[in-house]
Amino acid sequence: MEKAESDTIREIKQITKDPLLLIVILVIMAALIIFILYPLIRVILVSVLPEGKFTLSVLKETVSSWYLRQAFLNSVMMGSLTAFFGALVGFIFAFTITRTNIPLKKFFHLIAIIPIVSPPFIGALSIIMLFGNNGFITWTLLGLKNVKIYGFRGLLFAQVITFFPVAYITLRGVLESISPTLEDAALDLGGSGWKVFSRVTLPLAIPGIASAMLVLFVETLADFGNPLILAGSQFPILSVQAYLQITGMYDLPKGAALAFILLVPSITVFFLQKYWVSRKQYITITGKPTQSNPKIVSPVVKWILFVICLFIALLILLIYITILWGAFAKVWGSDNSLTLAHFRYVFGVGFKAVKDTLIIAGLSTPVAGILGMVIAFLIVRKKFPGKQFMEISSLLSFAVPGTVIGIGYILAFNSRPFLLTGTLLILLLNFIFRYIPVGIQSGTAILRQVDPSIEEAAVDLGADSNKTFRKITLPLMVPAFFSGLIYSFVRAMTAISAAIFLVSTSWNLMTVQIMSEVESGRLGAAASFSVILVLIILVAILLIRKLLSLRYGKLGGTVLKI
Amino acid sequence: MSVKLVNISKVFKDSKNARGEVVAVSDFNLEIEEGEMVTLLGPSGCGKTTTLRIVSGFETPTTGEVWISGENVTEVPPNKRDTSMVFQSYAIFPHLSVGHNIGFGLELKGWKPERIREEVLKIMEIMNLTEMYDRRPDQLSGGQQQRVALARAIINKPSVLLFDEPLSNLDAKLREQMRIEIRRIQQAFKITSIYVTHDQAEAMTVSDRIVVMNDGKVMQVGTPFEIYMKPANWFVADFIGRVNFIGGKAVGVSKKAITVDYGHTRKDITSWSGEISEGDEVLTVIRPESLKLSSTTGKDSWLFTGRVSKTVYLGPTAEYEIEVEGLERPIEAVVYNPAEVGFFERGESVSVDFNPKTAHLLKKES
Ligand SMILES: Nc1ncnc2c1ncn2[C@@H]1O[C@H](COP(=O)(O)OP(=O)(O)OP(=O)(O)O)[C@@H](O)[C@H]1O
Ligand SMILES: [Mg+2]
Repeated sequence: MEKAESDTIREIKQITKDPLLLIVILVIMAALIIFILYPLIRVILVSVLPEGKFTLSVLKETVSSWYLRQAFLNSVMMGSLTAFFGALVGFIFAFTITRTNIPLKKFFHLIAIIPIVSPPFIGALSIIMLFGNNGFITWTLLGLKNVKIYGFRGLLFAQVITFFPVAYITLRGVLESISPTLEDAALDLGGSGWKVFSRVTLPLAIPGIASAMLVLFVETLADFGNPLILAGSQFPILSVQAYLQITGMYDLPKGAALAFILLVPSITVFFLQKYWVSRKQYITITGKPTQSNPKIVSPVVKWILFVICLFIALLILLIYITILWGAFAKVWGSDNSLTLAHFRYVFGVGFKAVKDTLIIAGLSTPVAGILGMVIAFLIVRKKFPGKQFMEISSLLSFAVPGTVIGIGYILAFNSRPFLLTGTLLILLLNFIFRYIPVGIQSGTAILRQVDPSIEEAAVDLGADSNKTFRKITLPLMVPAFFSGLIYSFVRAMTAISAAIFLVSTSWNLMTVQIMSEVESGRLGAAASFSVILVLIILVAILLIRKLLSLRYGKLGGTVLKI
Repeated sequence: MSVKLVNISKVFKDSKNARGEVVAVSDFNLEIEEGEMVTLLGPSGCGKTTTLRIVSGFETPTTGEVWISGENVTEVPPNKRDTSMVFQSYAIFPHLSVGHNIGFGLELKGWKPERIREEVLKIMEIMNLTEMYDRRPDQLSGGQQQRVALARAIINKPSVLLFDEPLSNLDAKLREQMRIEIRRIQQAFKITSIYVTHDQAEAMTVSDRIVVMNDGKVMQVGTPFEIYMKPANWFVADFIGRVNFIGGKAVGVSKKAITVDYGHTRKDITSWSGEISEGDEVLTVIRPESLKLSSTTGKDSWLFTGRVSKTVYLGPTAEYEIEVEGLERPIEAVVYNPAEVGFFERGESVSVDFNPKTAHLLKKES
């Protein structure tokens, strides 16, 4: 014990020799505590201490409500099923693309990426437009009335379409890192294609699949947009119920209690994923992915896989074409002739939301990106007391559903000394601290690959920690920085679950605006807002990549190959 | 610009270790004179890198002091120390050109770009790196990268140059060239240097003095000749090169020589380590090449006789293992120019002898 203490003291002594480093660490710690932990603590406090006294009555009341209990079960069920089917579809895509020589690979890859760079509720919106009361398929084509698309089936479909790309990206990485030479070796030993798949490829991919499923579970549990549009009152979902308690019934404690209940499985599964499953992953190659020469799939299986992928790809395409058409259709469902009226509306009355969104995303993204790199650097390269705390709390916002954070922010920052409700600042802070983990993850990943002696060499030649970071570390982190930047820009543009609590008349967001258009039945306006939103994101991505390849040549060009 | 390490110890926390800590360096004392090149030599994990990192400032010693040029720098951070390190992995900045890599230290000192360029070109010339100014590091061969790393360290004219196994990533031939190169440059610039390696031949080639380490402790400090011919203890004798330990008893001790009784014969040996008094059991350290082999016929002044159990012919040398009754390990002998001396066959009986000048005595530890 005494030994450990003196080590801490030595670490502290070491940092105080570098005042800049000390200040940076202290400021980041304080910020993490105030803007990530404090709101969560408020959520917990409000649900167990509603009148300043400890009581479980609110929680009890919440749990005893049949309806809310059902919401919890529905959420967990939806999360599990999405995890399963999402990972299945993602695996089929990843496997087909990495292990067969089918045509249209590029196309499939692109299709699987689109949902990642678009607002998460596009699926739901499109399903309503296709299968809803005025749905193109149900009403215009088939003439059906009162189709039950709201609820379980519709939502599951939307969630799988929305989240399978996440599984696809992860599993593609996993499959690429399984050296084809292992499969060759197994084939060489006389295994059939199926044997090799079930005895070699699949077992090696299992940890990756488990990890992808857990991530999908957390994301679905936290998702807000799709259920808000599609769940309906017959099929309550926890995140939506928490929102409705607060904005519909003005019952803060109950909303907080629901948020608390939502927090528990999310956090548990997140840490399960991060500290247990992800540790079990095999690394069978280091360095460049070997060019695989796919041999384990027979032609019949190959074409079956191709058809499955094609079917899913066409479904996704259908979703986006529907949105695009809806944006130009006069009155969706009854008069599908083309018009620019919705766009006129977006660029007229609705333009404030577009402008606000751009300002908020444009300001928060670079700050989140740089902060993420600094934290990644501190975590990987520096020794200081509280490092573990910094790592965990900064990654926490990955695990915490946006709804919970949103409720936390209104609880935490509606009174002095942090009176921020209704301001631009609260949205900025929320976005920054929600999206730093993206940068931290790509930053730590790249730093772990950079030999620490490269930085030591700079220090050895006389650079202090500031110069080393700026001249050596940061340039080496450029690819990670920009892929983090693109990703957090996308997230900021498409965010809704936390932001919906924080918008005000003076600062609005496109996503929130789209929701309210859907709610008031103006599907055309919602669709054209969505089209503009996706366009902005695509332009931004292309712009960043262009700039990068101009500035950094080959190095920059490899950033985020999506 | 001397370096002095006083009572240095370094203890690491280590959760995997049962005791929770690793003693990497313990009670390390060393003085290095100006312009001298000293090598730290020892088995893997004996604390060489840690010692070097303590000198450069990347590790703070748990106890003890580091002095450079008469100044106590124990608490001085690495960027403020006048030391330059050549890393095992070279640690060349991958995003900078060769020229910028080499000039990095001068850039930090705020030199003007033209002056840096001039200086860099000058040193590149000395290091056989001309024409490579604008190359990217990944377009260099291993040996060239090594020279870039060395140039980058030397250009700052540091008081102390530190090398951590700088040649271990190179192939055998290049390694031999480079160690001569390093020695040449070190002597040309007269930079006080510490060199870490676990390759004994490398240590012999580059250093004025060698520090043999084991388990974080200094086993012996001495010139290559002293380390090889006059090892201070069993560990050093065994670690450096191949060796025969031959038991005997000290029967006469004077200032100049110790008389050792080997049973069949006695010899006066003039070199020993530690305190040896009359009646002590001693071990005689004899290198394989110091043994003289001959046919047993018609001779009686031998140490002992034995039977050849293994022969290896290598061209310039022939190596033999000889089994001797009463000895646990077979005797190893190396014969130079075997064509002249003559060959011995397996199973042949030979007599073994040595010149007392080539032997060294250690007290036998019980
Ligand atoms: N940062 C550290 N934390 C814990 N233990 C360490 C650390 N650095 C070194 N050690 C331990 O200290 C001991 C000495 O390590 P060091 O790297 O100095 O050995 P070395 O002589 O350079 O070995 P090698 O020849 O293999 O490079 C080893 O047991 C090592 O495991
Ligand atoms: Mg080492």
